[in-house]
Amino acid sequence: MVEESKKESSKQDEMPDWSEYRGVMIFIEQRAGEAKNVSWQLLGEGRKLADKLEVELIALVIGQSVDRLATDAIAYGADRVYLADAPELNEYRTRPYSRVALHVIREVKPEIVLFGATATGRDLAGAIATHLPTGLTADCTILDVEPHPSRLLLASRPAFSEKMLATILCKRYRPQMATARAGVFEAAPYDSARKGEVQKVSSLLSEEEIETRVLQFIEATDRFHLEEAEIIVAGGRGLGGPEPFKLLQELADALGGVVGASRAAVDAGWIGHAHQVGQTGYTVRPKLYIAIGISGAVQHLVGMQNSDCIIAINHDQDAPIFKVANYAIVGDLFQIVPALTQAVRAQRSAALSQQVPHEVVE
Amino acid sequence: MLHIVVCVKQVPDSREIRIDPKTNTLIRDGVPAIANFYDMHGLEEALRIKETLGAKVTVVCMGPPPAVKSLKQCISLGADEAVLITDRGFAGADTLATSYVLGLSIRKVAEVFGQVDIVFCGKQTLDGDTGQVGPGVACRLDLEQLTYVSKVEQIDVETGRITVNRLLEDGVEVVEAKLPVLITALKELNDVRRAPLPGMIRAARFQPTIWTTQDFPELDRSKIGLKGSPTIVAKTWVPESKQVSTEFVEGQTAEVIAGKLVAQLWKTELPVRFGW
Ligand SMILES: Cc1cc2nc3c(=O)[nH]c(=O)nc-3n(C[C@H](O)[C@@H](O)[C@@H](O)COP(=O)(O)OP(=O)(O)OC[C@H]3O[C@@H](n4cnc5c(N)ncnc54)[C@H](O)[C@@H]3O)c2cc1C
Ligand SMILES: Cc1cc2nc3c(=O)[nH]c(=O)nc-3n(C[C@H](O)[C@H](O)[C@H](O)COP(=O)(O)OP(=O)(O)OC[C@H]3O[C@@H](n4cnc5c(N)ncnc54)[C@H](O)[C@@H]3O)c2cc1C
Repeated sequence: MVEESKKESSKQDEMPDWSEYRGVMIFIEQRAGEAKNVSWQLLGEGRKLADKLEVELIALVIGQSVDRLATDAIAYGADRVYLADAPELNEYRTRPYSRVALHVIREVKPEIVLFGATATGRDLAGAIATHLPTGLTADCTILDVEPHPSRLLLASRPAFSEKMLATILCKRYRPQMATARAGVFEAAPYDSARKGEVQKVSSLLSEEEIETRVLQFIEATDRFHLEEAEIIVAGGRGLGGPEPFKLLQELADALGGVVGASRAAVDAGWIGHAHQVGQTGYTVRPKLYIAIGISGAVQHLVGMQNSDCIIAINHDQDAPIFKVANYAIVGDLFQIVPALTQAVRAQRSAALSQQVPHEVVE
Repeated sequence: MLHIVVCVKQVPDSREIRIDPKTNTLIRDGVPAIANFYDMHGLEEALRIKETLGAKVTVVCMGPPPAVKSLKQCISLGADEAVLITDRGFAGADTLATSYVLGLSIRKVAEVFGQVDIVFCGKQTLDGDTGQVGPGVACRLDLEQLTYVSKVEQIDVETGRITVNRLLEDGVEVVEAKLPVLITALKELNDVRRAPLPGMIRAARFQPTIWTTQDFPELDRSKIGLKGSPTIVAKTWVPESKQVSTEFVEGQTAEVIAGKLVAQLWKTELPVRFGW
């Protein structure tokens, strides 16, 4: 022990030989056989890291009746999938899942392992990193790697209530582990022609050896999937109450989108937390984001600034939200929003009555 | 009687931290140090269990000497014992090194104050914000881990089983486990009480137990502090806001503005994409 710690300290900054550790591994989170989107997003990002390091992208699928997810993982970019499929793995529980994951990680020796920064991902990653042991960076929003020979994972995460970003390194341990935020990275297009290898692994604990029981899962009913929406019409404190959200809903309906909100509107009780965009809500990257009566505090911006097109409506021309907006309208939302809804409806019915459908135009 | 340990970290209230716009550095002056608020929900739950089932509540904090302030606050609310784990050697710890020291400390708490049945941690802290210490401590002590708990439904002291609700992104999971367990607390767990006067009086005189590296004969120095931390913060920076060219859409009336904006939107790929 003493010997070892001396060695450690003398070469604190030198990198040990990690050549046994190769590959990027992604944990595929699922419930009832349905994968969480963050898993595919991480495969998309993991593919880039693996290509840069010239290694395999590996997926780890754990559950019951989840072989379809192994196929999907390949279609989303994995070269190899480790699949543990057993009744006792049906629901997520820390011990049986971490036992399987630890076994695979120790055998395969990936240099990087990524998890979604979800309740399940953090629960599992926290247990695994302590067992291994290795470093674990939390809640990353930017991932990159240094090329060979250092091959370091550059894991960056918001710090101090999102006011700063911190890049965190793990030089002296392998694998390098991180959890990464949902909605930040982009999944690659599904390619059913991609080829990959699936390797089965067995579950390591029998039901009798597991002390925890999931008695029930009550799915949230008001939970619509804000992160998956491609068009979001979001309202803030400027709305002044719950009623005006109807105006936003009408605009959202006209566009085929959903309604989002700032924390101020959620805290005021005007709309449910499932609608909140930002640091303590959801991170979204829709094709179109319309911010209405939202000032644009950093904690809101971090949740939406990667949207493809941003429209901001605010009567204060100095509102920070305009800095990230592609289109800015300085004016009273109570006049602009209904007019916009009308204009969209009119334009859409005009388009409908045209002979040539849009799809053919391209 | 049950013995409950609550892990409490004293943190700068990061909500109050500002960035100096000239130097892009943190302005820490005047930022108050507080007991991490998720941890206080853990303490509150421990106190409620104490009131209904009978329990001893011990608070554990690793941090510099001023963290005594948070421990005294816990005492004023009704905790029975408080331990401060403090030593230069512990400084600079990441979550792996922190869970190592907290694990050892809770083992020692069990030796000194009695066998531990439940450990509460907060969901995450306001400063490091990782949420990794709870699972880490559970792992060190080989406890069942129940994270993101929004409600303690039931504790059956006879059978040693506990039922909790876990609040996840997509719903609520009801889980039953066997004691001893580690729970990470959400704010939904309860409303934190105010300190009663007798509690405040007790806290004023209270001296927490203090343990340093000397108190842990089995301590492996390569596993603590900066040296025992695999992760290092390589750099911090203030993100530049995305550079976009903002087009101000203007007009005399709302209708004109709306018309112009829609005309712009119809020049993009959006109508084709969404079949507008
Ligand atoms: C900007 C920044 C980024 C960081 N990023 C990482 C990272 O990605 N990975 C990493 O490993 N470390 C990271 N750290 C270091 C880490 O935050 C440590 O400070 C660590 O000691 C505690 O982790 P935490 O604050 O995240 O605790 P969390 O894991 O969020 O804390 C959960 C709970 O554990 C208990 N707890 C935590 N610390 C203590 C304590 N000292 N005493 C008593 N109870 C405690 C509390 O109940 C708390 O609510 C970072 C630090 C900074 C400043
Ligand atoms: C730790 C932490 C986490 C946070 N997490 C989040 C988060 O996840 N999401 C989030 O959104 N916030 C979050 N916040 C809060 C954030 O700092 C802001 O307070 C919040 O985003 C403000 O909401 P708002 O823009 O709706 O309200 P305000 O800042 O009050 O802005 C209202 C805007 O409406 C405009 N307005 C008013 N009337 C009209 C009108 N008639 N027509 C047009 N414009 C009008 C005003 O000019 C103003 O710009 C967090 C804060 C902290 C400290």
